[in-house]
Amino acid sequence: MSERKGVSLLLARYGTALALVVLLLFNFAVTPNFATWQTLNVNLTQVSTIVIVAVGMTLVIATGGIDLSVGSLMAISGAIAPMIFLGNLVEIGWIPAAVAVAMFVAVAATTVLGAFNGWLIARFRIQPIVATLVLFIAGRGIAQVMTNGNLQVFKMPEFQWIGLGRPFGIPAQVILMLCIVTFAAWVLARTSFGRQLLAIGGNERAARLSGIATARIKIAVYAISGTLAGVAGLVVIAINSASDANLVGMGMELDAIAAVAVGGTLLSGGRASIIGTLLGALIIQLVRYTLLANGVPDAAALVVKAAIIIGAVWLQERGRTA
Amino acid sequence: MPPPLLSMQSISKTFGGIAALTNASLTVEPGEVHALIGQNGAGKSTLIKVLTGYHRKTSGEVTFEGRPFEAASPRAAQDAGISTIYQEINLVPQRSVAENICLGREMRRFGLLDWAAMRAEARRLLARFNLDLDVDQPLSQLSTATQQMVAIARAVGFSARLVIMDEPTSSLDDREAQVLFTVIRGLKVEGISVLFVSHKLDELYQVCDRVTIMRDGRTVRVLPIDGADRLELVSTMLGRDVARTEGRTTGFGAPSRPPGAGVLQATGLSDGRLVRRVDLAVAEGEIVGLAGLLGAGRSETARLIFGDSPVRSGTMSLTNRPYRPNQPADAIRAGMGFCTEDRKIEGIIPDMSVADNMMLALRPALGRSGIVDEVRQREIVARFIAALGIKCTGPGQKIRELSGGNQQKVLLARWLAMSPRLLILDEPTRGIDVGAKDEIQRLIRSLADQGLAVLMISSELEEVVEGADRVFVLREGLSVADLPRDRLTETAVLSAMAHGGGHV
Repeated sequence: MSERKGVSLLLARYGTALALVVLLLFNFAVTPNFATWQTLNVNLTQVSTIVIVAVGMTLVIATGGIDLSVGSLMAISGAIAPMIFLGNLVEIGWIPAAVAVAMFVAVAATTVLGAFNGWLIARFRIQPIVATLVLFIAGRGIAQVMTNGNLQVFKMPEFQWIGLGRPFGIPAQVILMLCIVTFAAWVLARTSFGRQLLAIGGNERAARLSGIATARIKIAVYAISGTLAGVAGLVVIAINSASDANLVGMGMELDAIAAVAVGGTLLSGGRASIIGTLLGALIIQLVRYTLLANGVPDAAALVVKAAIIIGAVWLQERGRTA
Repeated sequence: MPPPLLSMQSISKTFGGIAALTNASLTVEPGEVHALIGQNGAGKSTLIKVLTGYHRKTSGEVTFEGRPFEAASPRAAQDAGISTIYQEINLVPQRSVAENICLGREMRRFGLLDWAAMRAEARRLLARFNLDLDVDQPLSQLSTATQQMVAIARAVGFSARLVIMDEPTSSLDDREAQVLFTVIRGLKVEGISVLFVSHKLDELYQVCDRVTIMRDGRTVRVLPIDGADRLELVSTMLGRDVARTEGRTTGFGAPSRPPGAGVLQATGLSDGRLVRRVDLAVAEGEIVGLAGLLGAGRSETARLIFGDSPVRSGTMSLTNRPYRPNQPADAIRAGMGFCTEDRKIEGIIPDMSVADNMMLALRPALGRSGIVDEVRQREIVARFIAALGIKCTGPGQKIRELSGGNQQKVLLARWLAMSPRLLILDEPTRGIDVGAKDEIQRLIRSLADQGLAVLMISSELEEVVEGADRVFVLREGLSVADLPRDRLTETAVLSAMAHGGGHV
C-alpha cells in the first residue's frame, strides 16, 4: 500500500472523528465562551432530535433504502400527543396517565405508518424513495387535518419534561439520545436482526437465498424509523410548548440523511455506523454553531453544510477505491 | 466467388492482461444465416462487441463489405449497416410502435417531427415481415414475439446489411420462434445476412447455413450445418474428443459407500418457462450430476427445488414426504443448502466478514432471543476455517478480499454449518484455480461419503462424469437421460445433450 493510499484510507475511516476534533480545537481557540457547560448543553440539546431520527435513518439506509417521511411523521406524533393530553380527543382525568397514553398513542401511530412504508417497499417492490414520498407529502397533510391547521399551545410540565427536564443537570433529551444511540449500536453489532439487515443491504439476493426473511426485516426497519421519528416529534413540541403541524420536523429528513452521509454510512447500503451518524450530526451542528457564534448568518451556514456533505462523500469514495 | 460480407481475422482482445479472444475469426457471406455457438466464456459476446464497437480489439483485421472496418461506437456500427438485437428487447415499452421503429432517426419536416411519414415508414417496414399492426398502439400491449418482430423491423430499418441476433428465442415460445424463423428466412431472401447466437441446436438446423464454434476465446471449427453431426457440434463446443481415452483428471475419488435411502424425488417439474418437464432423484451419500448445455434449464431447476422460483407443475418429495417450498427459507428449514452459480451476485455479502458470511444461514437458529451467541459462533467459524482450510487473515477479514476458491469454501461452510441433508451446488468450481478446484472436489466427495446428498450442476464434463454417481441430462428444459454409474461415460452424456435419448 502506498503512503498516499494509506492516508486516504485513514481519512475515510477516521475522517469524521478527525473533523470533529479539528472543529472543537478551532472553537476553543476562536469562539468566545466556548469551553462552558452551557455551550455543550445548547449544542447537545439542539442536535438530539436530529440524532434520534438519524439513528432510524441509518438502519434504513443500511438496508439500501431511504426514508423521506420522517419529518412528516414527527408532525403527526406532535399533533396527536397534545390532542390527547389536552383532553381534546378523550378526557383522561389523571394527568400522568393522560401523558403516558398521549405519548404511547403518538409513537404507536408513527410506528404503524413506518411499517406501512416498509410494507409498500417489501410487498410491492416500490422504490423506497417513492414509497416514503407518499407519507412525506400526505403525512404533514394528515397532521394539519387532525388539528384543523391550528397551533396547539400547552403548558404541561409532566409531558414537557422530555424536552426541558434536567436530571443531574443533563438535558433529558440528551440522555434519551444517548440511550437510543447505544441501544441501536448494540442491535447492529450483536443481534441477528442487526446482522441480517446489513446482509440485506449488502446483497439482497444472497440474503434471501440464505433464508433471511427480507420482507419482514425491511418492514421492521421502517417501523423503527417511524418510532424514532415519533419520539423526536414529541421532544420538539415539548421544547416549544406548542405544536404546529406545519413546522414540526420540517426538513428533518434531509438533516438526518446528511448526518448519516457525513457519518460515513454508505448510501448504497450494506455498511452502517451508528456512532458515525452521531459524529456526523455533531459536526453539522457544530459548524452551524461556530458560524453563528462568530457572526456568520444562518443562510451562509447552509452553504457550508452542503460543502461538508460533499467533502464527506468525496472522502468515502477515496477510501473505497484506495 | 464474391467477397464475404464480413471477415474478422486473427482477432485478439485482452482485458487487463487477461485474454478474452485469441486469434478468433468469423466470416459471414452475403445473404447467409450464420450461427455462432460456444459455452459461457467462450468469447462469443466479446467477439460481437468488438464488431459493434463496444470494445476495441487488441489486434486483428476486420473487413466489412470488402473494406477495412472498425466501429468507433455501436451507433457507428449501426450507421455502417450492422444492427444488433439483444436478448432483452431494448425498446421503449410505453411509446408507440411507430415511435420505437423511428427512435433515433426521426423524420422532420420544417424542423418538426413528421408523424405521417414516420407512421408510413413503420407500416412499410412491418409489411415486409407480413405484420399488420396498429403502429399507434404502445409497444407494451404487444406480445413478446411481436415486440421482437418490431425490434427486428427497427434493426432492418437502419438499412442493415448484417443483423446480429443474440439468443433471440430465449423469451419466445415454440410457435413464436417459428414466426421469427420465417422472418429470418425472409431477410435471407432480401440478401441480408444474419449472425445468430443460440444454444438450442434444433434451431440452428432449422435456419442456419453455417456454424462457427468458439471455445476459450478461439474459433475452433467452422462448418456447414447440413451434414454436421450433433454430437460433433457438442463435443467440439465442450472441447471433448468423443473417442478420447478416459482417465481421472479431477479430485473426486470413488465413492466409499453405496447410495442410501432416497432424499429428494422430483417428478414432472416445470416453471412454465425454461424448465418444462424435469425428473430427478437424489439419495443419501450420492452425488447426482445435472448436465446439459447452456440454457437447458439446469440452474432454473435448482431454483425450483430451493423454492426461489414458483413451481408451475410437477411434484417433489423430500424423504418421502410431500415438499413444496414457497421461499428459500422453507427449503433451508427442510434441510437444504444451495451454493449458487454466481458467487458475487447471489452468494457473498462482499462488505461483511468471513464469519458473518459463514453464519448467515445458521445464525437465527443459533442465537437466543435474537442475540448473537458470540462464543458458539466463534467456535463454529474457527472449526470450519480449519476443517476446510480457508485461507484468510482471520474470521474478521472481509470476504471480498479472499480468492475465489476461498470464497467458495466460506459459502460451502455457510451451508455445512446447518448440517443439511441435501446440498445443491451450481458450478461449484467455476472461476477457481486448479489447486483449489481439486480440493473442493475432494471435499464434496468426502461430504457425500458422510451421508450428504449432493445435487451438482456443472458445465465441465469431467466434473460430471468423474464426480457423479448418477447423472440426469437436461435438454431444453426436459430430462432426456438418466445415466447410472455403470453407463456413465462422456460419450453417453454428450450424446444425450445432443440428441436426447437414453431413457428416463
